[in-house]
Amino acid sequence: MKPRLKRGVRLTYDHTRDLQVLLYPEGVLVPNPTATAILQLCDGDTTVDEITLALSNQYDGVQAQQVVDVLTRLADRQVVEWS
Amino acid sequence: MTEAPLGLTAELTHRCPLHCPYCSNPLELLQRDQELTTQQWKEILTQARELGVLQVHFSGGEPLGRPDLPELIEHTADLGAYVNLVTSGLGLTEQRLNTLVDKGLAHIQLSVQAADAERANKIAGTRAHHHKLVAAELIKRTGLPLSVNVVLHRANHDQLEGIIALAEQMGADRLELANTQYYGWALRNRDQLMPTKEQLAAAQPVVRAAIDRLKGRMQVIYVVADYYEEYPKPCMYGWGARQLTIAPDGTVLPCPAASAIETLNLDNATTKSLQEIWYGSESFNAYRGEDWMSDTCRSCDRRGIDFGGCRCQAFLLTGDGAATDPVCRKSPDRELVDLILRTPVKPAEFKPAEFEMRR
Ligand SMILES: C[S@@+](CC[C@H](N)C(=O)[O-])C[C@H]1O[C@@H](n2cnc3c(N)ncnc32)[C@H](O)[C@@H]1O
Ligand code: SF4
Ligand code: SF4
Repeated sequence: MKPRLKRGVRLTYDHTRDLQVLLYPEGVLVPNPTATAILQLCDGDTTVDEITLALSNQYDGVQAQQVVDVLTRLADRQVVEWS
Repeated sequence: MTEAPLGLTAELTHRCPLHCPYCSNPLELLQRDQELTTQQWKEILTQARELGVLQVHFSGGEPLGRPDLPELIEHTADLGAYVNLVTSGLGLTEQRLNTLVDKGLAHIQLSVQAADAERANKIAGTRAHHHKLVAAELIKRTGLPLSVNVVLHRANHDQLEGIIALAEQMGADRLELANTQYYGWALRNRDQLMPTKEQLAAAQPVVRAAIDRLKGRMQVIYVVADYYEEYPKPCMYGWGARQLTIAPDGTVLPCPAASAIETLNLDNATTKSLQEIWYGSESFNAYRGEDWMSDTCRSCDRRGIDFGGCRCQAFLLTGDGAATDPVCRKSPDRELVDLILRTPVKPAEFKPAEFEMRR
């Protein structure tokens, strides 16, 4: 399972708010730091396990299930899809 | 506390080659010589980005009618905002489209009037349908995400299944089926546009089936006909909370329909900064928070959900912009809406002679 940002979705830095923001056709999401770290790896090439591993270097005790949960929520919001 | 805005709708022009009788544009359409210049728009877009706007929707009228659209898109994309184009598709050639994409366009919302050319052209008041089929194909070729927007009313509700099939054929990533909202020309034609109860009931299973069947391929969104509901639609995320609209002449509006509220003292972006208007103006502060609300709303649990409903609708139906949206069953004015719904309807067939087509 390799997640990727859906077409037309962009993760960028908003210098006005000093926040990472996710821009997509219907609106704007402000992902929390964990979600941001995950989104940065949603390139359609990196697997959930690889994302979990990469995140464990940043955060303690990251489980693959947590990553899947975050991605599922993002998929429900129509910003992430699986490839 | 007032937060920074997220989205700006830039109505570049009111000019449009179509004449949709459901058009939400105001009856008094602005003329070309009243439109802002390229330079004025650029300055406004820069201010908007500084204010916090992250999403810019170029709309109108027909935004493709402005020759400076590529320049404005480039300017907006360079500022770091997400650029969306809301268009009828008329005037979208392959070359034009490629230029817009090169300049940073991220998403297109293409409107469609009906399922087939005959009906669609009648509603549009011109031969528009085939242009849309071509436009959709061109958009798909660029790889840009495509949303198809359809305004539903009595004269096309019977084609709902065909409309969904058409959007699929077009390869839409998203289909927005929105029942007509009664502002501008749509309000003028309300009696002819109002769907019947039967049409709305028939739409429900069709929409539900489409949502299920197309899951993961095409997102289907259905906006209900609020006159038939018990509670009003939410006023965006609250008045002056997240969005602003700028009319072709620079008038700054809390919502695209707000020019209807005659009691509102509107400002113009050419004479005041957007910052001052967003945070300090009478119009943007008029219905912020809850202080302005009637007792009916202020004591209601749903006020955090719908913010008392639509201010424009409240004004248009009751003459008071601060009234509870008369669509709400708790509103003392609900009878106004019920009366409209009791008006006997003519058959669903579209007869242009019965409509006042938009100019
Ligand atoms: C006013 S139009 C301007 C852009 C372009 N001319 C078009 O029609 O796509 C902006 C959007 O509002 C939708 N629209 C127009 N009148 C409406 C109404 N009365 N209620 C709901 N949506 C409406 C159109 O379908 C379009 O998606
Ligand atoms: S809704 Fe129809 S008439 Fe109104 S601006 Fe769009 S295409 Fe033109
Ligand atoms: S009373 Fe006001 S807040 Fe309550 S549901 Fe009706 S419009 Fe919304």
